[in-house]
Order: sequence, then structure tokens, then C-alpha cells
Amino acid sequence: MLLKRIIPCLDIRDRRVTKGVRFQNNVVMGDPVELAAKYYSDGCDELVFYDITASAERRPIDINMVREVAKTVFIPFAVGGGIAGMNDMSEVLLAGAEKVSVNSLAVKNPAIIAEGARAFGSQCIVLGMDPIRVDDRKAFPSGYEVTVRGFRERTGLDALEWAKRAEQMGCGEIVVNSVDADGTRAGYEIGLTRMIAENVGIPVVASGGAGCPQHIAEAFTDGMADAAVIAGMIHTGEYTIRGIKEDLIAAGVPIRKTW
Amino acid sequence: MIAIVDYGAGNLTSVRLALEHLRMQACITSDPNAIRSAERVVFPGVGAIGSAMKNLSKLGLCETIRDVAAAGTPFLGICLGTQIILDRSEEDGSVAGLGIIPGAVRRFRPVFPADKVPQMGWNAIVPQKKHPVFDGIPDSTAFYFVHSYYPMPMCSDDVLAVTDYAGTTFGSVIGRDNVVATQFHPERSGEAGLKLLLNFCRWDGGNKPGVAR
Repeated sequence: MLLKRIIPCLDIRDRRVTKGVRFQNNVVMGDPVELAAKYYSDGCDELVFYDITASAERRPIDINMVREVAKTVFIPFAVGGGIAGMNDMSEVLLAGAEKVSVNSLAVKNPAIIAEGARAFGSQCIVLGMDPIRVDDRKAFPSGYEVTVRGFRERTGLDALEWAKRAEQMGCGEIVVNSVDADGTRAGYEIGLTRMIAENVGIPVVASGGAGCPQHIAEAFTDGMADAAVIAGMIHTGEYTIRGIKEDLIAAGVPIRKTW
Repeated sequence: MIAIVDYGAGNLTSVRLALEHLRMQACITSDPNAIRSAERVVFPGVGAIGSAMKNLSKLGLCETIRDVAAAGTPFLGICLGTQIILDRSEEDGSVAGLGIIPGAVRRFRPVFPADKVPQMGWNAIVPQKKHPVFDGIPDSTAFYFVHSYYPMPMCSDDVLAVTDYAGTTFGSVIGRDNVVATQFHPERSGEAGLKLLLNFCRWDGGNKPGVAR
């Protein structure tokens, strides 16, 4: 049986891991390579790195950090933020990343998903999307609009339509990061995760809002997610990966044991 | 020296980094002579089998790979590399492989939509035989898989470990004699994967037939 994945997310700002609430008030949490090594040895199943300022500042991602991570952890990891085109994708993958996550770039130039999938394989291309809840059901039938640039810009795209389109173009996985839940630690936006998961045939990763192991269990059961991104709850030291995994196993979730 | 065979089928960085982490000397190469003279050969690959086979022929590597496998060199196939050493794959219409191990490659046909194709993520392997590459790795350890097609060797003797996915039990580790091949990615499978790679690097490839469990 395929196991549910626990994916720590490391938001990078100026080569430090930071964590904010809804992308505001960022607090420094540590060195990305050291934190990656710690989470790896504690049994995380995958890692994701977002250079959260790269996209907003329109500069390329820190490739040396990617190289160092690749020498340190021997599990899949994805890199996103500031990916500007095929060259950046290629550079990140050749540096040792398993997957590249596109968000703003894909909104600006959707064809990049198909190009990336053709060149590197669908399994390498992750669509990161940051949907925000909206009331206008006429313009946004799913009730969610896609935002970009660290939630700074609205796109006019309906979240569900965008997810389906990305799948058709060959994207291999979708990370659904709820703007409303991000950093709140009050639980994932389960309805959103489930709506996307029920309507695409590729893995869906729940992101934003995890505060306790129960939230993660809900993302897998009610939310139908294949994987769950966690951040603040482990960066602060309040929970460990192993502790979370023990709780999930006790709750009957199929999880990889590394101890 | 370990030769990591480069035939344009995907990114080999992670395989090289994992071997270097184990303090092994490894080089990424498509030079037939370098591959023939290597102490051991790692044959990775991701992507579609059709273009991979074309690249292998273009590089003149089909005979090289068959020869080193026949010569007793410890040989490790990974992912697409594992599928290529079988006779034939359903992918891309129907493509002939290298026929090093008799058998076919089939596509997952899930009954339940929740079983997505490709299988992407961690799944357990259950060894069917004793083999030096499994030393120190407990039964039902999970490894990292990314694939839509799976190996089905003709002889059950060539199935070293099995995994269940989408209603199918398939050979997740196959091999005979000096050849061993994993459908999963040991280089992405954490400490268990590194252990399997280290076991491979220490294996003499000698003809120790697997013992039925």
C-alpha cells in the first residue's frame, strides 16, 4: 500500500528558513541545510523548499543551497520560488532536486507545464497553487481564486479549473496551499483539498494550516490528500516528525516508519 | 570505480551523490570502454522506454550492457533501467528490451480511482529470497517509487522482492546471478536506500543462488 507522505516545507528568505502568518511577519527559524538534515534524520518522507522572496523580487533561486541539500538528504525534495523558465528548471533538477514547483510562472505561461513535463517527465513538475476563498461564485465556481507572488496578486483563475488544466498539461502533482489557512495552525482547508483531490487523477498535497497531528490525519481522510505539508508546528520545536508519525500510525494512517 | 550509465534517460545526479556519500568512486559515463572496465555498473533511468532504447542503440550501449551483465560484473538496475533489462515492455506500443532477465513490463490498470498512475511515493517491499543486497534491511521496509509500468519476470526465481500496488503484486526487486535491479529509487529512499546501495557496493556479484524463504 502506498504510504501517506509528510513533507516539511522550508520557506527561504535570504538563505534562512522563515515562517510567517499568511506570508506576513516572517520569523527566522534557522539554516535551510541544517533544518533539512534534521528533518531527514527524523524521518520526513520528502522536503519542499520555497524561495519565498525570489519570485516577488524576480531573481533566480539559490542554486548552491539546492546543491548542498542534495548532498545531505537522500529523499525526494522539491524546489520552488523564482523559477523563471526551462533553464531554471533544468538547473534545479541537475543540482539534485527531484521535483520543481512552479506557481507564478505557470500562471504567466501555462505552456511551461507541458514543456517541463516533456523535457523532464511529469513526475518532476509540481504545480504549487495558493487559492483564496472568494464569494463571487459566478466568476469562481469552485469558490476559490488562485493568487500569486506570495498572495500579493490575484489572477482571475478559478482554483479547480486551474488544477484540472495543469493536470491536462502534464503536471505530476498539485500542492494546494490555502491562503486563508496558511500559518494559522488551525487546520488545513479540508474542503478545498478534497475538492481538488476528487477532481484530478494526480497526487494532491494539502498545505497551509497544520497545527497538530489530528489536522494531518484529517487531510488524509476527509481531505483525501496523498501527502501533507507541515511547517510552523515543527519549526518551532513543538512537534517532531517522529512524534507526529507515531500519532498518525496510532490513528491508523499508513505512514513510513524509520525507527 | 562504479560506472553510472548515462544514456540520456533522466537525471543521474542523485545516484552519483548517494554513491559519493557512501565514499564510493563513481563516474557518470556513456563510454562503452569505461563501462566494460568498471568494477560495478549502475544502470538507472527515468522516462519512456521507447526513446531510452533508441538512445542506447545510438550510443552503441546495448551490447555493452548485455556483455557486462553476462561477464559477472555486479550490476544494479534502477527504475527504467530495471524495465529495460527484461524482454519487452507494453509502453510506447510494444518495445523490445535487452532480454537480460526473461519477462515483461506491464502497465498498472487500477480498478479504484484512488490508485493513481504513476505510483508515486513510499511503498513496502517484501523480500522473497535471501540476497546480499537486503542485508540489514528489515522485511516490509518502504522505498520510494515513481512509475506507471512494473516488471513481471517470467521465472518466479528471478523475483527477489515484491510490492503491492493498484491490485497488483509485482517484482519490485528482480535479479539473477550478478544482476540485481530495483523498480524503486534506492538513491531517494533514505537510510534504507543507502543501505541497499552500500550492500550492492560490497557485493561480489558472485553466483549465490537465492535461498527460498
